[in-house]
Amino acid sequence: MKFEVPAAAPHVPAPVSVQGVMFKVLLALVPGVAAYVFFFGPAILVQIAVATACASGFEALMLKARGQPLKPFLSDLSAPVTAVLFSLCLPPLLPWWATVTGMAFAIVVAKHLYGGLGFNVFNPAMVGYAVVLVAFPLEATLWLAPAELAAESLSFGAQLKAILSGALPPPVTWDAVTQATPLDMIRTGSTQDIMISEIRESSLFGDFGGYGWEWIANFYALGGLWLIYKRVMSWHAPVAVIATVVLLTFPVWLTDPDTHPFPLQHVFSGGLVLGAFFVATDPVSGATSPRGRLLFGIGVGLLTLVIRRWGGYPDGFAFAILLMNMAVPLIDRVTIPRAFGHARREPPEL
Amino acid sequence: MSRKGLEQPLGRRLWHFPGGIKLRHWKKLSISDAIEDAGMPEVLTLPLDQRQRVLPGSQPGPLPELAVTPGQRVARYQRLTASTPGSTAHLHAPTSGTIEFAPNERALRLVPDGRHEGTPLPPMPDWPAAAAETLRERIYEAGVVGLGGALFPTRGKLTQPARILIINGAECEPYISCDEMLMRCEPEPLLKGALILGQILGAEQIVVAIEDQMGKVLQILAGAVAALDAESRISVIKVPTIYPEGGENQLIQVLTGLEVPSGGLPIDIGIVMQNVATAAACYDAVAKGLPLVSRVVSVTGRGIRSPGNFRALLGTPFAFLIDRAGGYRQPVSRLLVGGPMMGQAVADDAVPTTKATNCVLALTEADTKARAPELPCIRCGECQRVCPAQLLPQQLLWHIQDENWPAVRQHHLADCIECGCCAYVCPSQIPLVDYYRQGKAQLRDIHDRDQEAARSQARHQTRDEKQAAQDDAATRNPSDAVADAVAPARTKRQHHD
Repeated sequence: MKFEVPAAAPHVPAPVSVQGVMFKVLLALVPGVAAYVFFFGPAILVQIAVATACASGFEALMLKARGQPLKPFLSDLSAPVTAVLFSLCLPPLLPWWATVTGMAFAIVVAKHLYGGLGFNVFNPAMVGYAVVLVAFPLEATLWLAPAELAAESLSFGAQLKAILSGALPPPVTWDAVTQATPLDMIRTGSTQDIMISEIRESSLFGDFGGYGWEWIANFYALGGLWLIYKRVMSWHAPVAVIATVVLLTFPVWLTDPDTHPFPLQHVFSGGLVLGAFFVATDPVSGATSPRGRLLFGIGVGLLTLVIRRWGGYPDGFAFAILLMNMAVPLIDRVTIPRAFGHARREPPEL
Repeated sequence: MSRKGLEQPLGRRLWHFPGGIKLRHWKKLSISDAIEDAGMPEVLTLPLDQRQRVLPGSQPGPLPELAVTPGQRVARYQRLTASTPGSTAHLHAPTSGTIEFAPNERALRLVPDGRHEGTPLPPMPDWPAAAAETLRERIYEAGVVGLGGALFPTRGKLTQPARILIINGAECEPYISCDEMLMRCEPEPLLKGALILGQILGAEQIVVAIEDQMGKVLQILAGAVAALDAESRISVIKVPTIYPEGGENQLIQVLTGLEVPSGGLPIDIGIVMQNVATAAACYDAVAKGLPLVSRVVSVTGRGIRSPGNFRALLGTPFAFLIDRAGGYRQPVSRLLVGGPMMGQAVADDAVPTTKATNCVLALTEADTKARAPELPCIRCGECQRVCPAQLLPQQLLWHIQDENWPAVRQHHLADCIECGCCAYVCPSQIPLVDYYRQGKAQLRDIHDRDQEAARSQARHQTRDEKQAAQDDAATRNPSDAVADAVAPARTKRQHHD
């Protein structure tokens, strides 16, 4: 009897798929998104829907343009992951055209012009977000106040209309529904010599970070820990990011708690927890080896603090990720692990 | 490096090897009460090079010189080879009959005469008193090779003394159960074989390593050790069942905490490892004078009607063994020699049993069908977590695709043991091991080319020097000044090269 002789061993296929990995990442984001909706209303769901639709559309267009098969790549769920992470960085009432622009840069430029799935040098979601931050600085600061604290609360219909038309139902003004973020307030406050303790008296602050935001961050962290437990990602990058932020801010805070925020406030503010667990762990644009991932995380934590303290933006996480993405080839070259049976590590070759 | 593991009797504690995966075992399929005799097929085909696995890109090795001619009648146990080059071993007639050449002339065909008669080598019942050299020669003469699959001639592993002899009964690949069945059904010969090997090596300690999922095997072996009154010499140690635990380097690390140096051999750290079936073959060769002419083969898989283990004569076609196991049960999508992780697919079930055939595995469509489309590497790093050689498989793939050979070397492709763990956990379904085999073949090519270039440069240099000497001997003329001026530059360039 004859048999076909196919590819070499192993002869049993891997019981895992890219789709499965991406699906788990999406699942891990559900608690955080639910908390988001609880505190800030359902507008974020609109952003997620718009971004996901755009991501899939741009993905299909680019695959077609590049002569790639549509089905395996569209069903790998990598574009929806990018879209959701991108949306979660945005102010919920961001006008739809800004979302579309950001997504276009994320999928068309950052992903496909660099070679598509697995080849992007930069994290696509962070590229999209950075484009929005830089190109639409005004719209990018339309952060909603927590529903309970807002002067005026918007219905879902009004939120939807705001995203689609950019206008609020009269007589509501933008000032009535939006709020500076805690990081903004610290930033402005510190330039005016207002003490941290005074700034924190605002009802927008919770126990650590912003009211509402810190709970959302907790749920992101929960999802991230589940992914680590499921071995979808390793602990190295998130631990390195958060540990770096805490260790660097702690002594500074001790020296003068009035002008420097409390370490955990740094951790629970802005996009740090989301980014540490879901962006710094992006395997494609991150470092390769465990030690490389530690270095990558340390760099992200450090640059985030530098940008928060001295940079032009209140939260520097997206830029920190993009800068460290550039450093990955170097990190990978100097962190080749010791192979089995070798006395020592490969000396770094620069 | 500390020799931590060697300071105490082995087994008091176990270490871990990096990476590895837990695989579904599938061994119960073929485990039964007895090893059945496969019987006599109509014709035996005996490849002169018994190693079934030939690396892609490598040339088939030199063949042993024959001691028989076509048409000659041979007796059972008669030696068929006169001399053996390199890493091949002697081959003996598994039965009496007539020799023919196989069409491709890299194999002999033996048509049995049905009498199954012949004389073994003289038995050595008093082997405990025999000299190491005598035992080694007997093992060579009987054509014993490593039956775990490597087929390295066993004598080659016995030339230097070793402190520790490990008898490897941890056959970690799913489905394969020939070693487990040997330990269950015939523990005594393999333990005596272990004593013989230990005697040759002067080993202080002999360890039989088995997997913790082998159930009664531990009791059976312990009982047999006690019956031999060898408790002080042989210890039986259970190791956790993690693939690829049965790999030589991995098992040594688990038992001793030591790593076999890259490019080195276990003997470099005072250890020799032999497979259980090899130990049993050594006992047969020494005490009974029986050359290696048969082996236990697992015939198993969901494509086989009644899987089992058979003692098969070398040269028995797979189809004959599969018939003995009840035939095919459902459409078989792949027929393998060896296990699902490292085995080799064959195109035809007429392929003969060799000394390397530990398992004939029939996989069905349900076993082999890909679960997801092949996609580009997303660098998730799962491959690196399971790599027992602590390599970066995703970087190796990247650099091999890029044909960046210096980087491939720097990432230690040569240390890859091709266990297949990386490919088994790859969500992108990339046939990683395939890339590594091709990469290794490329590196060998480059190495060969470099050597050739170095040789021809050396030839050139010698010729130049001769020429220069002749010129010197001739009358000096103005051109010498030019030659003298050029010489330093030339030397410099050679240094640079």
